[in-house]
Amino acid sequence: MNQPTKSNRKLLTMLILGAVGMFGFGFALVPLYDVLCDTLGINGKTQSTASTYEAVIVDKNRTVTIEFVAQVQSGMPWEFAPTVNRIQVHPGELTHTKFHAKNLSANDTVGQAIPSVSPGQGAAYFNKTECFCFNQQPLAASATAELPLIFYVDPDLPESINTLTLSYTLYDITEKVGSGLKQGAAK
Amino acid sequence: MSTTTHDTAAVHDDHHHGAPKGIMRWLLTTNHKDIGSLYLWFSFIMFLTGGAMAMVIRAELFQPGLQLVEPNFFNQMTTVHGLIMVFGAVMPAFTGLANWLIPMMIGAPDMALPRMNNWSFWILPFAFTMLIGSLFMEGGGPNFGWTFYAPLSTTYSPDTTALFVFSVHIMGISSIMGAINVIVTIVNMRAPGMTWMKLPLFVWTWLITAFLLIAVMPVLAGAVTMVLTDKYFGTSFFDAAGGGDPVMFQHIFWFFGHPEVYIMILPSFGIISAIIPAFSRKKLFGYSSMVYATASIAILSFLVWAHHMFTTGMPVFAELFFMYCTMLIAVPTGVKVFNWVATMWRGSMTFETPMLFALAFIILFTIGGFSGLMLAITPADFQYHDTYFVVAHFHYVLVTGAVFSIMAAAYYWLPKWTGHMYSETLGKWHFWCSVISVNVLFFPMHFLGLAGMPRRIPDYAIQFADINQIVSIGGFAFGLSQLIFLAVVLKCIKGGEKAPDKPWEGAEGLEWTIASPAPYHSFTTPPEVK
Repeated sequence: MNQPTKSNRKLLTMLILGAVGMFGFGFALVPLYDVLCDTLGINGKTQSTASTYEAVIVDKNRTVTIEFVAQVQSGMPWEFAPTVNRIQVHPGELTHTKFHAKNLSANDTVGQAIPSVSPGQGAAYFNKTECFCFNQQPLAASATAELPLIFYVDPDLPESINTLTLSYTLYDITEKVGSGLKQGAAK
Repeated sequence: MSTTTHDTAAVHDDHHHGAPKGIMRWLLTTNHKDIGSLYLWFSFIMFLTGGAMAMVIRAELFQPGLQLVEPNFFNQMTTVHGLIMVFGAVMPAFTGLANWLIPMMIGAPDMALPRMNNWSFWILPFAFTMLIGSLFMEGGGPNFGWTFYAPLSTTYSPDTTALFVFSVHIMGISSIMGAINVIVTIVNMRAPGMTWMKLPLFVWTWLITAFLLIAVMPVLAGAVTMVLTDKYFGTSFFDAAGGGDPVMFQHIFWFFGHPEVYIMILPSFGIISAIIPAFSRKKLFGYSSMVYATASIAILSFLVWAHHMFTTGMPVFAELFFMYCTMLIAVPTGVKVFNWVATMWRGSMTFETPMLFALAFIILFTIGGFSGLMLAITPADFQYHDTYFVVAHFHYVLVTGAVFSIMAAAYYWLPKWTGHMYSETLGKWHFWCSVISVNVLFFPMHFLGLAGMPRRIPDYAIQFADINQIVSIGGFAFGLSQLIFLAVVLKCIKGGEKAPDKPWEGAEGLEWTIASPAPYHSFTTPPEVK
């Protein structure tokens, strides 16, 4: 009777460890997912830090259409739109554009814009040297702001992609960061 | 020698198990047969509860427009119907069958870990009390679908979501404990001579299912935990504003979800592989290929999860990868179906109720498999996604698949469990009422889906009215038919023709070598398997 109890216990321990390990694996999927999306350049995620513009050769023979889309999380009292809806650029060319934001409410609010590029495979070739999406955007009640974006398209962009759509969704993160506006608030 | 062992076992019995009577017997039991019965009754009660919710859904959809329930309540019904049927009806029924049958099939006296067995059953009623109780609380129960996609389950969910999360935790712990018990029992407690390739297929399929459970139930627990912390503790796993990603929820959920659907069908394959040979009076065709096919289905099930997410904007190569992997599963499944057909070929078949359900399983499950292949085709899936075509597909594989196999198993082993033959006349009534109504219920849903009717919506466009009416009538008829099953089981427990040890001429396996009804303690001395 002793023998089976012992081997039962051993197998039981291994199986419980397996289950606990899989619970951990569930959480490990979170960073794994981000790493995979990053390295494979899928899911339309652009990099979250500024890239540098150095020694980029402009490809004058090719023109790519860039479209801008802006959305506001439902219920967030902001007006948010691109100043230009679409522009034609040459790959490698540094381009400036602006988005317009207005806080329609009587409260100070903090917004966070999340970018996404479509088609997803193009995201890795869309480089931003400056973007309002890198920072939180505090906006006092009824204030407006011009939000700058400077970017260039990598000349290695696959031939099959002629149009890139950059979409921003603006989220209200006031509750998460606390409603007190930082000193840099636009007036 | 064997009589002495038997006597000590009997003394031991009086000493430990004989004492508690009434409710305490059931609360404290560590006997695999008692726990098997508890699981099966619990599952049947949940089947009727989830079925009642389906009746609410079908009553609301009987006519276009909103007449009986609020849309939010309708959503709660679809959500809780799904959760109850998956975690409360189908999975506990299989665990109940495993408890009853695996020790008897491998010649073991009981499950390897009897106290854990008791615990894994008795936490289940608490989980479902919490889940169903949340329906009556302020704000209502879960209304985000059984798949609880973020942000529906995080940003927009009712306040009772925490109860949903904890109930899923408990269900998960229960099935993990059940799975561990099954594995330890099968690995350590086989009778001498019961080698791996002599195991009955029900035991094999359950062994593989148990490994799937241990691999994916913890991932589900992780997913609900993330929903919990996102909703109540300000984390941003699935919240884009905080750097998370709602699409990631779907990846994690379906990493659990797809193996889960095989958890709900592999034991069925084992049941059908026992019943078809018994009533064809032939050995199962291709035993070893059945084992390998089951194992390859289990492995492939980890590589296909994203076919639930074709419309989320995946890269084309990922869509192709998941499309081909999904279609590959048709190969081992086809092996099984052809093996069953080959088993029946030139057999001396008879058509008692278990065989009728098994035959219906093969035909109707295959229909569900074919619609699954259609859904696997990526470009076609864009059309079918989230329509009634999907609803028809998974009800064919889960109701006429999993549930029919459970019914077949119940009829097949009822004589062994109760010691009485069930009423064949009533059984046939149950079968024919079920098989006709279930097709009236689910087959027209294919057409609704192809015509574009979306799932999980309480109202629909006027052109879907006629078919929905037919579907609802089928639904009510199928629901009522299950009461015949209840009557059959109750009648069989109370009395009936005395069942011989082996009531089916062609049946094989150790469970038929012991008395009917199976004594409280069986195989206290391990049998010798040749």
